[in-house]
Amino acid sequence: MAVMRYREALNQALREEMRADETVVLMGEDIGVFNGAFKVTNKLLEEFGEKRVRDTPISENTIVGMGVGAAMCGLRPVVELMTINFSLLAMDQIVNHAAHIHYMFGGQVQVPLVVRMPQGAGHQLGPTHSHCFEAMFLQVPGLLVAVPSTAADAKGLLKAAIRDPNPVVFIEHEYLYGQRGDVPDGEDVLVPFGRAAVRREGDDVTLVGISRMALTAQRAAEILADEHEIEAEVIDPRTLRPLDLDSILESVRKTNRCVIVEEGWPHGGVGANLAALIQEQAFDDLDAPIGRVTGADLPMPYSRPLEQIAYPHEPQVVEAVLATFRDL
Amino acid sequence: METQATERDPAPAAAAPLPEPAAAREWLEAMSLIRRFEERAGEMYAKAKVGGFLHLAIGEEATIVGAVRALRDQDYLISTYRSHGHALARGTEPERVMAELFGRETGVSRGRGGSMHMFDLERRFMGGYGIVGGNLPLAAGMGLASDYLGTEDVTLCVFGDGASNQGTFGETMNLAALWQLPVVFMVTNNQFGMGTSLERHSAVTDLQRKGEGFGVPGSRCDGMDVADTFRAIGEAVQRARADRRPQLVEAITYRFRGHSMADPEEYRTKEQVALWRERDPLAVFGRRLVAEGVLSEDELQQVDRAAVERVDAAVAFADRSPFPAPESLYDDVYVLGDQLQGWYAVDERSAGVHRGEHERELAASERGPEGAYEEAVAAAGREDVGEKPADAAQAGSDGVADPEQEGG
Repeated sequence: MAVMRYREALNQALREEMRADETVVLMGEDIGVFNGAFKVTNKLLEEFGEKRVRDTPISENTIVGMGVGAAMCGLRPVVELMTINFSLLAMDQIVNHAAHIHYMFGGQVQVPLVVRMPQGAGHQLGPTHSHCFEAMFLQVPGLLVAVPSTAADAKGLLKAAIRDPNPVVFIEHEYLYGQRGDVPDGEDVLVPFGRAAVRREGDDVTLVGISRMALTAQRAAEILADEHEIEAEVIDPRTLRPLDLDSILESVRKTNRCVIVEEGWPHGGVGANLAALIQEQAFDDLDAPIGRVTGADLPMPYSRPLEQIAYPHEPQVVEAVLATFRDL
Repeated sequence: METQATERDPAPAAAAPLPEPAAAREWLEAMSLIRRFEERAGEMYAKAKVGGFLHLAIGEEATIVGAVRALRDQDYLISTYRSHGHALARGTEPERVMAELFGRETGVSRGRGGSMHMFDLERRFMGGYGIVGGNLPLAAGMGLASDYLGTEDVTLCVFGDGASNQGTFGETMNLAALWQLPVVFMVTNNQFGMGTSLERHSAVTDLQRKGEGFGVPGSRCDGMDVADTFRAIGEAVQRARADRRPQLVEAITYRFRGHSMADPEEYRTKEQVALWRERDPLAVFGRRLVAEGVLSEDELQQVDRAAVERVDAAVAFADRSPFPAPESLYDDVYVLGDQLQGWYAVDERSAGVHRGEHERELAASERGPEGAYEEAVAAAGREDVGEKPADAAQAGSDGVADPEQEGG
């Protein structure tokens, strides 16, 4: 076990997988000479050279499409999009090609591609650079979607993603890059997709936190215990496709209450989807309507005070949990 | 700069040399097969045996056969939503291409792709793609894989004049030149992006020049002449293979039919269509082979009859092939394995009833999901595909058909 930052864990995953498999090739804007906009690819160019660590022009749709084409012909490309905001430019290749090719050609060809990108608000980057789009990718059949919130998961899931024969949208978080955590040793320690992590056990309410919001949910859970004598169980799904609904349902059947915390928009969000699934499967186990805490339904404002109230913090989560105990 | 598309007058058809007689005859056979296949596909669309969009390549056969014959077997080929001809030219059985149009399990893409999404991995036909310009980045990725893995394979990427206006065109040209990828980009200039003529959609109508600013040298060929297309693509493939530099080749051609089956063709005149039909790539090449003593008139007729018969067999095969089973609906959404053990694991996984399994049971039950599956199967069987003797096919040949009767 070693303590390292989330970005270092990702770097280690890339390095180990590249050492183990010659067909793993990295492509992205400023990932080489610049060592990555967020330093995830730090010093990989130095070790692996320009053939395997490829700086690209600013052409998101085309570099993702090239990743798809290369994946169809024997490589395992890992494409970095500098941020999730720019993934919109690549949506055609991600949805129409990466996600659909295996199906629409009758299973003849596989697309073992990973597209990595960080999301998140909090750096005063305004409306075009603060997005959280996991819900958009969650919608698309054919994709796997990962949203790691810890250094260990970042490493284990990225390694699993690179080894998987399916296209993976791997969503990191700008805030999390600097966070430290324990990471297990061993080059074959993977975190399999479709297994949620229970971050904190509790009997009173289930808190589901997505991406960075898994951390916010954990901090809120401590406040709930300290100030309200409510013991929250915190679940981090870790991957949204496949989704470990079993673990969430098991928790809800125990606590009879659920609040979902995400940074993205409310309409058609991860929480909206998850709330639908939970009420379909565990309606009789619920003692209160499922609560949602989401990013505000607006373009992200630049001004810091406004920005701070436009995405969820612990008080909103505490408030939403308390609401599930009121009026009953 | 070029002016009216109709005034384009590429090199005369007889300019490029013929290959060996056997090869010349095979080119004619391949073009005939595509022509007859496309005609029958149009008829099957009218009979509702084929659904969705249907984009026919009638008039563009020389661009397909000339280009594909310039490739080695292991070279990659990738094309557009007008992709039946590319599959056929690569050697995919017409039966499986027609069955795909019919939406059957025996189709090349198991009935999941349809007209726009043909694919034959075994023959390195890497697909037809429905998004205009979407296949260019894929082609560059294939070139990257070839380069990375140290093979000599070249990728031929076919797209239309309309695609040259997409962002992916410039992005891909730049990357392919920057990374010295062995890709030949072939713009099949049929002079219309759907119903918008070349001079109305592209500021530079000399499309071979559109790659220059990105470092991709261009050339042009007569896309109505299979020999000239073979020559031009052959030279470009050779340069891409040997020099590791991408090439752009513009093939001037003309589609005789509408953009798709739903095209009243109000954007062009009958006179213009008639003018181009005089340069019919199949008829002109056939006459040339007779004139140069490669074939007799009788043999020319035989080639056509053989194509008609092969397409008849393809239609019969498609019509008697089964539709994909309802329980196969979710096949191949994902590659299953240790991590994903079933498609339902991605959907609503729970300890209780898997919704997907429930649907599967419903679909397999007598009534089916709202009966829609059974209704679709029944509807497909209502029309007979019809007999199509070779003589009758000759009378209805596209070379003499009135465009007014087409489209719709």
